[in-house]
Amino acid sequence: MTVDLFLLQLFTGLALGSIFVLVALGLSLIFGLLTIVNFAHGQFFMLGAYVGAFVLGMTGNFWLSLIAVPLAVGAVGMLCERFLVRPLYGRGIDYPLLLTYGLGLILLETVRILAGTQGIPFNTPPVLSGAADLGFFFFPKYRLFLIAITAIILVALWLFLERTSYGLIIRAGARDQEIVQVLGVDVGRVWLVVFGVGVAIAGLAGVLAAPIRGVFPEMGVPVLVEAFVVTVVGGMGSLLGAVVAGLAVGVTVSFTSFFYPEMATLSMFLLMALVLVFRPRGLFGRAGLLG
Amino acid sequence: MLTVKDLNAWYGRSHILQGIGLEIAAGEAVCMIGRNGAGKTTTLRSIMGLVQRRSGTVLFEGTDIIALPTHRRFAMGLAYVPEERRIVGGLSVLENIRLGLVASPNLKREGEIIDRVAETFPRLKERLSQQADTLSGGEQQMLAIARAMVSDPKLIMLDEPSEGIMPVLVDEMFELFARMKARGITILIVEQNVERALQLADRAYVVDQGEIVHSGDAKALLADREIQERYCSV
Repeated sequence: MTVDLFLLQLFTGLALGSIFVLVALGLSLIFGLLTIVNFAHGQFFMLGAYVGAFVLGMTGNFWLSLIAVPLAVGAVGMLCERFLVRPLYGRGIDYPLLLTYGLGLILLETVRILAGTQGIPFNTPPVLSGAADLGFFFFPKYRLFLIAITAIILVALWLFLERTSYGLIIRAGARDQEIVQVLGVDVGRVWLVVFGVGVAIAGLAGVLAAPIRGVFPEMGVPVLVEAFVVTVVGGMGSLLGAVVAGLAVGVTVSFTSFFYPEMATLSMFLLMALVLVFRPRGLFGRAGLLG
Repeated sequence: MLTVKDLNAWYGRSHILQGIGLEIAAGEAVCMIGRNGAGKTTTLRSIMGLVQRRSGTVLFEGTDIIALPTHRRFAMGLAYVPEERRIVGGLSVLENIRLGLVASPNLKREGEIIDRVAETFPRLKERLSQQADTLSGGEQQMLAIARAMVSDPKLIMLDEPSEGIMPVLVDEMFELFARMKARGITILIVEQNVERALQLADRAYVVDQGEIVHSGDAKALLADREIQERYCSV
């Protein structure tokens, strides 16, 4: 394998991993704070792609859809938290799990009814089509853009968590909810925002993935599985874990599909099994989070 | 300032508080003493709204707060420093102090307030950027008190502040409480260190099996060995 081929596979893996990172990030954020395993997460991803396709169809502006999607999907997520998830807090992990699973089915069927079962086209925006010359090799511009925008979202999220009062509350709340309440914080409102932000990122990932993966009702199903693999590898509830594991899984899949394409999908599960054998709590997870 | 009447609380099926009643006037320091498991901590937690199943009346400045969520009680001027301090690990000392400010109007005066903390707690001043869980037990307790004080509460509830802390620091801490009291902050303290608590307090309540069994002047109780032995010895 030559250097340029190696780099090409690496970049392909990072682009693929970017989508994993974004989806897993929201899943992990929600789990870390609300102790809710959001089984509807993949459907929010799908919803993002559809809202994006709709906005793109109406306005012809891809950038506008990147702004509209997280807002719209985040709003739907907040409504779901407020009226469906909230009554289940403090009831054990299985209640919200069943609820979000059912919510996912409802979202899926709703989209099938409204937009058809066929799927709809989503063209790569003209500015980002074609390949860029990176010196060693040519690389699709859109995938480069994916890596860049993921990096921007990560930096923004990091600044939000590390530099704002709201971020401080979220970081503290993930470790000790009660003390945050004692210090005057209405945690219900914080959970609402966290759920909204988590699914908004999933929606954004959906529209970002659309030019590569296409837009169809079932697109969220494999994504949920991939996101779970990433969260397990990275450690449930760990944001750093979601980033590192997301990229690692992307690169693993990318290299396996080059050397042994039949094993590409399986490779991520093998990676997960390996991590679980040697580090059951995941790379950055805390032990006994559900204890 | 605080009137508690017929306060009942349950954990699961255990009926922990069985009609607690107490009264605290503004500016007073009151202590609660009694054996482990008597219901002292549960009383404080109920006043702060942290016990799910509760009934009775808790009047704070004339308003019944029994049904209010914890954060609303904070907004009214109640502060609680829980047992075992509950410092948030993974955050720095400064971030823990800021956590006490995020929901308070004092957030606007953050700089000034942090300076004030540094002045009152010289031990914390040198360690502001340090990870909070690397502090010693006594320093963590100071941090927990500082975190509760930055919002300028009217009433502060302290749960076993001297537990597991070096004697030198216990002295320092009780001097701090005396200064807080002198500044007009109302204090409700639960302590195993009965002598210390009674010296600080104006009045005292003795709790046993979820009920108030004795109340009166703190100094008189300090002299009353019999009651102390009967209800406070382990």
